[in-house]
Amino acid sequence: MTTADTVARGPAVRVLPRLEDLNRFFWTSGEDGRLRFLRCTGCRRYVHPPGPVCPYCLDGPLVPKPVSGQGVVHSFTVNHQQWIPGSDPYVIGLVTIDEQDDVRLTTNLVDCAAHDVHVGMAVEVTFEQVEDVWLPLFRPLLRPLSRPEAGR
Amino acid sequence: MSAPELLERRSIISGIGQSPVGRRLGRGELDLTVEACLGAIADAGLTRDDIDGLATFPGAGVGTGGFAGPSTPEVQDALRLKLNWHDGGLEGPGQLRAVFAACLAVAAGLARHVLVYRTVTESSAQGQGGRQGIGGAAAGRGIPRFSGTMQWTLPYGAVSAANWLAWIAQRRMFEYGLTRKQLAWIALNGRRNAARNPKAIYREPMSLDDYMAVRMISTPLCLYDCDAPCDGSTAVVVSHADYAPDTPNTACHVNAIGTALRGRPSWDQFDDMTTFSARDAAAGMWARTELRPSDIDVAELYDGFSILTMVWLEELGLCGKGESGPFVEGGQRIALDGPVPLNTSGGQLSAGRLHGFGMLHEACVQLRGEGGPRQVPVTPEVAAVAAGGGPIAGCMLLTRGPS
Repeated sequence: MTTADTVARGPAVRVLPRLEDLNRFFWTSGEDGRLRFLRCTGCRRYVHPPGPVCPYCLDGPLVPKPVSGQGVVHSFTVNHQQWIPGSDPYVIGLVTIDEQDDVRLTTNLVDCAAHDVHVGMAVEVTFEQVEDVWLPLFRPLLRPLSRPEAGR
Repeated sequence: MSAPELLERRSIISGIGQSPVGRRLGRGELDLTVEACLGAIADAGLTRDDIDGLATFPGAGVGTGGFAGPSTPEVQDALRLKLNWHDGGLEGPGQLRAVFAACLAVAAGLARHVLVYRTVTESSAQGQGGRQGIGGAAAGRGIPRFSGTMQWTLPYGAVSAANWLAWIAQRRMFEYGLTRKQLAWIALNGRRNAARNPKAIYREPMSLDDYMAVRMISTPLCLYDCDAPCDGSTAVVVSHADYAPDTPNTACHVNAIGTALRGRPSWDQFDDMTTFSARDAAAGMWARTELRPSDIDVAELYDGFSILTMVWLEELGLCGKGESGPFVEGGQRIALDGPVPLNTSGGQLSAGRLHGFGMLHEACVQLRGEGGPRQVPVTPEVAAVAAGGGPIAGCMLLTRGPS
């Protein structure tokens, strides 16, 4: 039984993205265990969601680049409503990646109790494969002492 | 460079109309719409032959489950209107976009009297299983994959505005120390006012204990933080301001509209998770008026979810940034006889999810002094109306006299 102490990893049914030229690298990135975002070869900024041109400098080509996979919980909610019938309560997190504070991912926070989740919590990526999609999920980072920026 | 003319001031709301509002009324959406529209036309002292413009939000083919209401062609044909201008659509500064478009059409001389309506039959749709969850209605047929913006949220079960707005509430708890017992007062104030509104959906008293005990939807938002699906149609007539002396009822003058969207238009990438685009719409509106927040006599601020009303209170300057929690706590400041009477009909939480147009209708009722048992004690001169939240938001100021 799932309670506030042991929340589910996500909803009972995973609605999946349609893989297309622009998003395929992102949704399959976890195949080798690494999280990737498009990065501008000119201004060096990361771009998410993927787009055809760097929205910062409108110049450099965009290339998928791996990131550390570490981030911080910007906000979260524990969903109880049965939008997706059969789901136990699950945590929907909004995670800012460490590399750039305006790149956020909607995700599920896993491997922790709901009452332990908090804004500012340091987290790291873990992937859940469903069919041909590797969904980036996030779990508590095991070495929080090395993270003075937590809580930003 | 001279200041641009504020064209919305050439428009007034000359008439208002509303169908019955309730749960599962068992009436069709066009039927409800025609009743509201004919009511608004008569209220404006006009006949259908005077109506030369028509607009709605969001128009046909948008969403499911009684969300969209009838299209403008259906309403035009039902009333055999002869139009010089017509408009319907989803994209824009929130639900009020149809009203803003009508104001500008009138100002531009494209039309003189524009009928604007918003109709929902979400309660009936809910009763017929039209609002089943993902994996329910779709089970057995396979669940489609998603492209576009929804691909970033749906895989994680972030499927409802309740989830996305819960992020706002949670972030505000972190940044400003907001508590559930403060947030509760949006719902409690609405219920208190709904008791004085015979058309409200929920009129029985609600206590703080009731609020704290009800089931969670998506933490920290509980059932009473989410508005009540209903059936109903609201219509207004937007006319040129030179018609004001001829209106049989008090004309409500449009003083300023707020339409800006400067942050990233997304539920998860907007720069300020505590405000979203209410910040931009409000700032844009205040840049178009000499009125100040302290001039607002009554505030009808969207409460599709309670947390959105808190955001609008702050962004419209009715209280300080981050201070909406203490401001509403106890309910005195937002009561009918308080300094900022708020959501005087009960709002969407208790009077039904008329999707922004209920707020507009009630602002006109109050400016006209027709609120009956829920009329604010001193007939207001200035009303604020706000609708939407997240990345779609719009707001406006209405005044009892010309600007």
